[in-house]
Amino acid sequence: MDLKNLTIESLHKSLVKKEFSCVEMTRDCLNKAKKETKELNNFLETTEKLALEQAQKIDDKISQREKPKELEGVPVAVKDNILVQDYKATAGSKVLENYIAPYDATVVKKLKKSGAIIIGKTNLDEFAMGSSTENSAYGVVKNPKDLTRVPGGSSGGSAAAVAANHCLGALGSDTGGSIRQPAAFCGIFGFKPSYGMVSRYGLIAMASSLDQIGPFAKNAEDTKTIFNVIRGDDVMDATTIDTKHKNNKSKFENLKIGIPKEFFGEGLNKEVKEKIESAINKIAELGFEIKEISLPSIEYALAVYYIIAPAEISANLSRYDGIKYGYSAGKSQNLLDYYCKTRAKGLGDEVRRRIMLGTYVLSAGYRDAYYNKAQKVRAIIAQDFKNIFSGEDEIDFILTPTTPTPAFKIGEKKDPLAMYLSDVYTAPASLAGLPAISVPCGEVDNLPIGLQIIGAQFDDDSVLDFARIFEQIK
Amino acid sequence: MISKEQVEHIAKLARIELTEKEKEKFAIELSSILDYIDKLNKVDTSKVKAISQITDLKNIFREDEVRVKEKDTRDKILKNAPSKKGDYFKVPKILE
Repeated sequence: MDLKNLTIESLHKSLVKKEFSCVEMTRDCLNKAKKETKELNNFLETTEKLALEQAQKIDDKISQREKPKELEGVPVAVKDNILVQDYKATAGSKVLENYIAPYDATVVKKLKKSGAIIIGKTNLDEFAMGSSTENSAYGVVKNPKDLTRVPGGSSGGSAAAVAANHCLGALGSDTGGSIRQPAAFCGIFGFKPSYGMVSRYGLIAMASSLDQIGPFAKNAEDTKTIFNVIRGDDVMDATTIDTKHKNNKSKFENLKIGIPKEFFGEGLNKEVKEKIESAINKIAELGFEIKEISLPSIEYALAVYYIIAPAEISANLSRYDGIKYGYSAGKSQNLLDYYCKTRAKGLGDEVRRRIMLGTYVLSAGYRDAYYNKAQKVRAIIAQDFKNIFSGEDEIDFILTPTTPTPAFKIGEKKDPLAMYLSDVYTAPASLAGLPAISVPCGEVDNLPIGLQIIGAQFDDDSVLDFARIFEQIK
Repeated sequence: MISKEQVEHIAKLARIELTEKEKEKFAIELSSILDYIDKLNKVDTSKVKAISQITDLKNIFREDEVRVKEKDTRDKILKNAPSKKGDYFKVPKILE
């Protein structure tokens, strides 16, 4: 079966024409995933029973001459920090190695209802903390485009699954770039919706004011189809927004594209820069107005991110105490000792580093200098974006490189700060809660790179439509 | 610069036991991250109000009522506990 060239549309056509059954296709995906994850390490578990049961249901429907719709029969993978009932959800951590999800995340419920076939749970940086998927307690994930390099992170397993054609789509979570950066490194589409567009119920929390679930896919259309299934307000997540608030552009005329000069300065790989600039020129040829803009506060985005995210992490991860679930240190002198030992052994280096950083910036005497300061600078960054989209410039989309370089070598970034800097172009949209997608934009030294399209808050549909326009240029 | 003693204090607040070697490692790493973060001091925020979220939502209230869940959700939740007695989580002794 030609899984490589399969899209949702072509899959549905093939199923109707009975070129293959949904069960056959699902078996092929599962077999390929099981075989190749031995090398890539992108799956923590395949959900075979669930997948084949769902596939049989789809075959039954089609044999009753019902045409497949939405995600019916579409094989998808789910990041292991998102709950699929009765399957393990480790979040890449030892502390949750035996945790079995008691219920479905809202997004998983929606996937199942739409007829999607969940084929497995994907590897990730522990608790989604990292930019390379080297931080998982279950081993490093490799990039399918070059096995010596990282797939990006933290949703590296999901990105690799789509790039290696184990499935047509996948769910990831993005807190500071964890969908967009791996999408860029693996040469696929990865979309982070506006904060509040997708329910976080059943997503193992990292930094709650930033976390957002979103889709990976091989093209813009499929990305949009998956997003349309998982979006929407949810009584189980009070931060979701009623989608009636969305302000879509009715037509794509006289649109203005902003190019923020701060994203093209020092640190950007020269060849990546040339590729992105040539893509922007092609967009200009389509008649879009290109305007250089400035977002001066962007320089501070990563510093703000590495205060706010760890602060929220230190609070959210206090739940891993060895009492309610997960790894337990066993016999201890007293309760305090039990907590300290459980967390020392159950949590990895990067997670402990961020918990301690967060504890420090929230501790007495430092809270004003760090946490409160960061919340104020976050307000400035959000306002700077607002001014660009609704001020006199009236910019419709902002275009930037997704990452400063293509995928780096496994083991290359040993210094935590150097790793953090790989999110320098993705963290700003997260802080401002804006929709942003990474779309493939050619290759540098045979490695894929991504163009990031950022839209105004809740203008998610337009961002996806523009991604499609860009996709068709090439 | 964060000292080894400060790392010890933070680790205690965060309920994480560290080895001597880890204390030294984290002192260096956390210091380098905090040096980077210090660039925020250059931003004038005297007229800015801090925000803790980005969508301007106000309080979201709901009725205080039990939502009907699958019957076995409670059992599944309890099953994940490392130690339990009946329908309760078992906690190490707090008072001697």
